[in-house]
Amino acid sequence: MAVAQAKLDATEARLSAMTLPESGAWLAALRQDALARVQAMGLPTRRDEYWKYTRPDTLTAADVTPAALFDAGGEDPCFSTVDRLRLVFVDGVFDADASDDLSLEGVEIERLSDAAGKDIHWAKDLYGVLETNGQTPVERPLAALNTAFATDGVLIRVTGKVSKPVSLMYVHRSETSDAMLHHVVKLEDGAELTLLENGPAAARFNKVLEVDIADKAAFHHVRAQGRDHERRAATHVFARLGTESVFKSFTLTANGVMTRNECVIELTGDDAVAHVAGACMGDGDFHHDDTVFITHDALNCESRQVFKKVLRNGATGVFQGKILVKPGAQKTDGYQISQSLLLDDDSQFLAKPELEIYADDVACSHGSTSGAIDEEALFYLRSRGVPMAEATDLLVLSFLAEAVEEIEDETLREDIVGRLAGWLSRRRG
Amino acid sequence: MLEIKNLQVKLEEEDKQILKGVNLTVEAGKVHAIMGPNGSGKSTLSYVLSGKDGYEVIGGGATLDGEDILDMEPEERAAAGLFLAFQYPVEIPGVGNMTFLRTAVNAQRKARGEEEMSAAEFLKVVREKAKTLKIDAEMLKRPVNVGFSGGEKKRNEILQMAMLEPKMCILDETDSGLDVDAMKLVADGVNALRSEGRSFLVITHYQRLLDHIKPDVVHIMAAGRIVKTGGPELALEVEQNGYADILAEVQ
Repeated sequence: MAVAQAKLDATEARLSAMTLPESGAWLAALRQDALARVQAMGLPTRRDEYWKYTRPDTLTAADVTPAALFDAGGEDPCFSTVDRLRLVFVDGVFDADASDDLSLEGVEIERLSDAAGKDIHWAKDLYGVLETNGQTPVERPLAALNTAFATDGVLIRVTGKVSKPVSLMYVHRSETSDAMLHHVVKLEDGAELTLLENGPAAARFNKVLEVDIADKAAFHHVRAQGRDHERRAATHVFARLGTESVFKSFTLTANGVMTRNECVIELTGDDAVAHVAGACMGDGDFHHDDTVFITHDALNCESRQVFKKVLRNGATGVFQGKILVKPGAQKTDGYQISQSLLLDDDSQFLAKPELEIYADDVACSHGSTSGAIDEEALFYLRSRGVPMAEATDLLVLSFLAEAVEEIEDETLREDIVGRLAGWLSRRRG
Repeated sequence: MLEIKNLQVKLEEEDKQILKGVNLTVEAGKVHAIMGPNGSGKSTLSYVLSGKDGYEVIGGGATLDGEDILDMEPEERAAAGLFLAFQYPVEIPGVGNMTFLRTAVNAQRKARGEEEMSAAEFLKVVREKAKTLKIDAEMLKRPVNVGFSGGEKKRNEILQMAMLEPKMCILDETDSGLDVDAMKLVADGVNALRSEGRSFLVITHYQRLLDHIKPDVVHIMAAGRIVKTGGPELALEVEQNGYADILAEVQ
């Protein structure tokens, strides 16, 4: 389909104000390719089907809408109690002083901006490559924009079972910061890594995470997006799974006027397992969009999508989730559930679950619901003396539990549960 | 303790009157039973007393130790000492039984201006009480009522009662869905809680529960009214002859 000239003109105008970061040979070529992709696709507009429920304008505009900083009121950041290797980014810039030493057994960690200066790098077979694969059948121009212009990020090569999580901490300090980070993670055969991400990162944050998981390797990802209410974020995770490999990703989101989290997963090896989950709590002008695309292209693979949203005071939640089962991907086991708990009549949940199946021996199921709080359960709690507001919060935690329970590691799961309970309790005052 | 006077209740959404003037006084330390055929208004009475939505009081009233309870929120009634053991306890996935119990105990304490129970103290007390009801540590950890058998759910209700130490306990068909052994276990739990300052209102279809929880007074409810009141022998009469004779007699 021909792209409208007006869209291409607008994209060209936007790009003309941007400069590709200086890079060594391997990266410069990849950035040029990505730039060409953006120019051909055009940046998303509201007329695009894939952006029907979420307005992309503030994510693509030349000017960043300022975002006030959030006062956490002395609350510890996420994962504070977890033993981990910390990498700190302030408004999208790596802060070496605030970060731990990057050496850790079983893993090589390198800043993108350091690796960029080299002529050749292992990441050249991955940087922007999984993103490019993820552009069909649906285009994701913001990810290509990121590949072209990302100023920093980390390149992680995992060769063994890493003893503690690698934790990316995104600090937001400037009210007008516009950050673009691009991370690449490569897990060799049998390797294991847990990657943590937390924090708002910037007033506007565009992030791409590409993960290549070789045979029998396992990647766990737990993310808590920042609480700064006015922040905006467009994030993409692109994952490719080899034989008997595992990918599990969980995202917690509370606050944020604009969040679009895309997750694009390709199961290319037999017996691979991919789980993506999200729990979010939105209030007022909160807008949160989970867009997931899982492609089954091998035998006997399992995929699972579990997304739960609690919305109040006019908040909006979006879910676009697709399972594509390619010809020959027999014995696929696909599951998808997206649910919202609407705490009032002003909030809305827009869901578009899709299944597209070209194999005949598969089990795929999907469900999507929107509902109010369970009055029976509420009365049960109140009849035990639990006041209305506290009872409602318990039921909110109950509702989110199915998604939170997707976090395998108990310490991390409890950190997230405790955080949710704490936020709800502080909200009650 | 509990005093119900000429209580008249209709459904909020429908023009249908369920309770047509219920009069009932439960003295401190006594066990009263209400029996009656399906649709007589027994469960409605328990819901109205505990504050469930969907009912409209159109006449009469109810007091607990002289305090009007019908204007209170459900949680206020609980803090005032009222407890309803549900016929169908609600499952709450994702919320641990312990968390739920502790939240409830401390919420009531807070409402009464008492000090909250510490985690350690709570744990000690709950383990002790759970043991007598044959509720194991595993059941305490599991989400509230999720995957519990019928008997486990009812035992869990009694555990909540034991932890919350109410003064007025209403048991709504606690025997439904229980086998003989489970019923005995539940009844033992209830009997252990009987004391001078605590009263019970036991709602049931059948006399068999009353073999285990011996009532002081038995009421027969029909068509939204208490139609007959007597001693424990009244329950035996129902067991032998059904409700038809009594209903014919009072009409």
